[in-house]
Amino acid sequence: MTELTIVGKSVEKVDSLSLACGNARYASDCELRDPLFLTFALSTVPHGDILSIDDFAARAVDGVVDVFHAFNTESPLFSTAGQGFPEPSPYDTRLFNRRVRYVGEIVAAVLAESLEGARAGAKAMKLEYSTLPALFDPERSMDSDSPKLHDGEDAYAPLPVAYRPEENVAGEVLFSYGDIEKGFSEADFVVDETFRTHQASHCALEPHNASAYFDEKGRLVLVVSTQVPFHSRRIVAKATGIPAHMIRVIKPRIGGGFGGKQEVLVELYAALAAWKHKRSVRAEMTRPEVFTSARTRHPMRVRIKTGVKKDGTMTAMDMNDVMNSGAYGAHALTVLSNAASKVLPLFNKIENMNFTGRTVYTNLPVGGAYRGYGATQGYFPFNQHIDGISRTLGVDFLDFVKKHHIRVGETSAVFEAIGEGTEGVSQIVRSCKLDECIDIGTREINWHGLRGKRITDGPLVKGIGASVAMQGSGIPQVDMASASMKMNDDGSFNLMVGATDIGTGSDTILSQIAAEALNVPLEMIIVLSSDTDLTPFDVGAYASSTTYVSGRAVLTCAEKIRDQILSVASAMTGTPLEQLSLAESRVVNRATGEETSFSQVACFALYSKDQFQIQASASFTGVESPPPFMAQFADVDVDTETGKVRVVKFVSVGDCGQAVNPKLAEGQIEGAAVNGISFALAEQYLFNKNGGMTNNSFWDYKIYGTLDLPEMVTVVVESDEPTGPYGAKSVSEIGINGPAPAIANAIYDAIGVRIYDLPLTPEKVLKAIRSRA
Amino acid sequence: MNGSFVVNGRRVEWSFEPEATLLDVLRANGHPEVHRGCDEGSCGACSVLLDGKLVNSCQVFAASAIDKDVLTVAGMGTIHEPHPLQTAFVETGAIQCGFCTPAMILASLALLRSNPNPTDEDIRSALDGNYCRCTGYVKIIEAVRLASRRMSAHD
Repeated sequence: MTELTIVGKSVEKVDSLSLACGNARYASDCELRDPLFLTFALSTVPHGDILSIDDFAARAVDGVVDVFHAFNTESPLFSTAGQGFPEPSPYDTRLFNRRVRYVGEIVAAVLAESLEGARAGAKAMKLEYSTLPALFDPERSMDSDSPKLHDGEDAYAPLPVAYRPEENVAGEVLFSYGDIEKGFSEADFVVDETFRTHQASHCALEPHNASAYFDEKGRLVLVVSTQVPFHSRRIVAKATGIPAHMIRVIKPRIGGGFGGKQEVLVELYAALAAWKHKRSVRAEMTRPEVFTSARTRHPMRVRIKTGVKKDGTMTAMDMNDVMNSGAYGAHALTVLSNAASKVLPLFNKIENMNFTGRTVYTNLPVGGAYRGYGATQGYFPFNQHIDGISRTLGVDFLDFVKKHHIRVGETSAVFEAIGEGTEGVSQIVRSCKLDECIDIGTREINWHGLRGKRITDGPLVKGIGASVAMQGSGIPQVDMASASMKMNDDGSFNLMVGATDIGTGSDTILSQIAAEALNVPLEMIIVLSSDTDLTPFDVGAYASSTTYVSGRAVLTCAEKIRDQILSVASAMTGTPLEQLSLAESRVVNRATGEETSFSQVACFALYSKDQFQIQASASFTGVESPPPFMAQFADVDVDTETGKVRVVKFVSVGDCGQAVNPKLAEGQIEGAAVNGISFALAEQYLFNKNGGMTNNSFWDYKIYGTLDLPEMVTVVVESDEPTGPYGAKSVSEIGINGPAPAIANAIYDAIGVRIYDLPLTPEKVLKAIRSRA
Repeated sequence: MNGSFVVNGRRVEWSFEPEATLLDVLRANGHPEVHRGCDEGSCGACSVLLDGKLVNSCQVFAASAIDKDVLTVAGMGTIHEPHPLQTAFVETGAIQCGFCTPAMILASLALLRSNPNPTDEDIRSALDGNYCRCTGYVKIIEAVRLASRRMSAHD
């Protein structure tokens, strides 16, 4: 392989200077002529049938133009989950449901000439409900006497997957291999533990919003803060009845997503209102609405039972998950699938395995995609469980992991067993440097110097913990990405991708891949993402797919362009193709040394003879989903008087294949790690007796700021993934999986108590210390 | 009501509702670089410098800012002539989605004006009112360090 010149370099993010100077535009910055403003009225009851809607007072508010609600707006059943078609999530909601299922559900949209008017209108809405018994405990939702949320005919799964609303089951994943009972009978001891992970908000700084306007031909243009512009167009069309060809979705710069904007929400209502009134509409959630009425991380209860022999062999593992989907089933099946499919293959030498997973409805805020996508929920129990087992065996946790984790050339039956709404895809691991990650992290955290030493300083006791994880790179045989390119007469190239840069840097790394393949400086690639009218299809920014899946589409496209350049140069100069090769921005005749610039080639093709434009498009679907790997380490001080846990130092070491842009890869890991630490220690949803969130603001829902930061160490370990573009895998999600279990394992190391429930609050830690004493 | 402001060095005369916030008025008058993240003064995305002092513009009545000097990130430098803080954020990889960036850069400017050679602790304290969910702050702190070195070298 030739030396890489642009891939592997930390070039500046192509949009960063415009962002730094305030030039970049987000969806809410879109200039609209004479817009209407849309706001929401929310349900105040957790479960009930709407008896009456009185919108008289709302319509009387000065400037209110219209009010949309369940009694005047029909829509089919659909899912707000921005997934491939048909979605693996159940169709269990409408734009406005006549039965409401959680406090915070959108029950009306009010349209007015001013934002103040729309808000006053929303406040003036009067709804009467016939309340129904509410269900808040996911672990009781499958009980026969529990209230049922979607029973009856008002919900179905568009794919042939298990969906039993009569039992509150929104998704189910079952698989097993080997003989689980025989496995347990062969064990010297069995460890059976139950863990719980909690609900969380993505907290992208830009709230969900959409701007709608009409172009000169009367088509509806939606400028949306979305991770999934193509799914957004499809789902808006389905839910509102507006023909898809009359909708154009434009994704401008996006102020963070983290999975929260893999949901089609605000644009539904903006489109509905704009289409009816043929006026521009601006719709934006308030921050409290983002907390209560957008999507969250699904909480999960994980029971994990493992049979172990004294020599360390794990003879059987039985995992039983109950995931809380809240009121609607967005991503109900697939987040659950990933809690198994992204976790269990890591320890592929367990011969007898059983997994029972169910996602259930409750009258609480709705779950959805969130960075980590189930793996985060699975790795919290998994790493603590393994830490405990290795301690019982008297073996170092990291040595134990090294003995059991999947390696290059190996596979796991789980890959084939679990897909996303379909069966999975068998694959072998072709790149894995988890051992190197562990070794580097061991040194960075001073594992051997500090682990188990319980160094005390007054009430503070130090502990060291670690965790390991893998993720995937796109959904194999599902996720598809396309790219197209055309060559300009100065030898520059337009690169059009449906891949959706939401701040991740995908515009940059896809440009790097194109520049590398074509041997041009980065500035000769002019990238555009994503616009349903102008760029080819891509499923969007999720499932850690962009580098691997969209990257391969860009690479294939650029290779086609390269072939065309060579063939034009051959015709132009009368040189046999075999004699030509690319040098920077030019074609070289290897025999004579004669050079033809890309500009000359492009001009020849455009203007001279047999004219055509050098252009190509390509699509790619992964047949595999090569996992990135990561080891993460926490050095914590536990205050034994207050129960407060402070992370002193946090180390992440990840194998993402060839990092296309090491600095951006590091940034992905750092951001995910800090979000993960914040999730583990600071963030939580608090509810009143109606299931209404009581802390729906940044004042009361604490996320990490600069003063909360530990010392952060991040190392990118490069491996070569043979199926990836220039050896790349993925990096965006994996770093959020390890912080919670690494910190929990460190707490155990410090004080010998295991905290089974997230978040790791001072109250829980103190209670655990006291119950031990 | 009407009011005159000096925004990024230029005197402007705007009309607005008496209860409008400085954020509303800036965004309505061609300054979308000032971002609305929470509208409750907790995330810092709407920070501007008001007479040189860092404020959350969503918590300031426009009426109270009349005749005052407002600096947004667009007034610090342009894409053709960026300020050293802007280039430092770019070079260190401190920008992901960029939604917090304009405010983060202004908060950094306020710090470096009063404390040209801040310690890491000083930087953390100064940026504590500005949330970022993308970067984990590591490279943002590095950016301020780099800008501080460059700006003091020019003094």
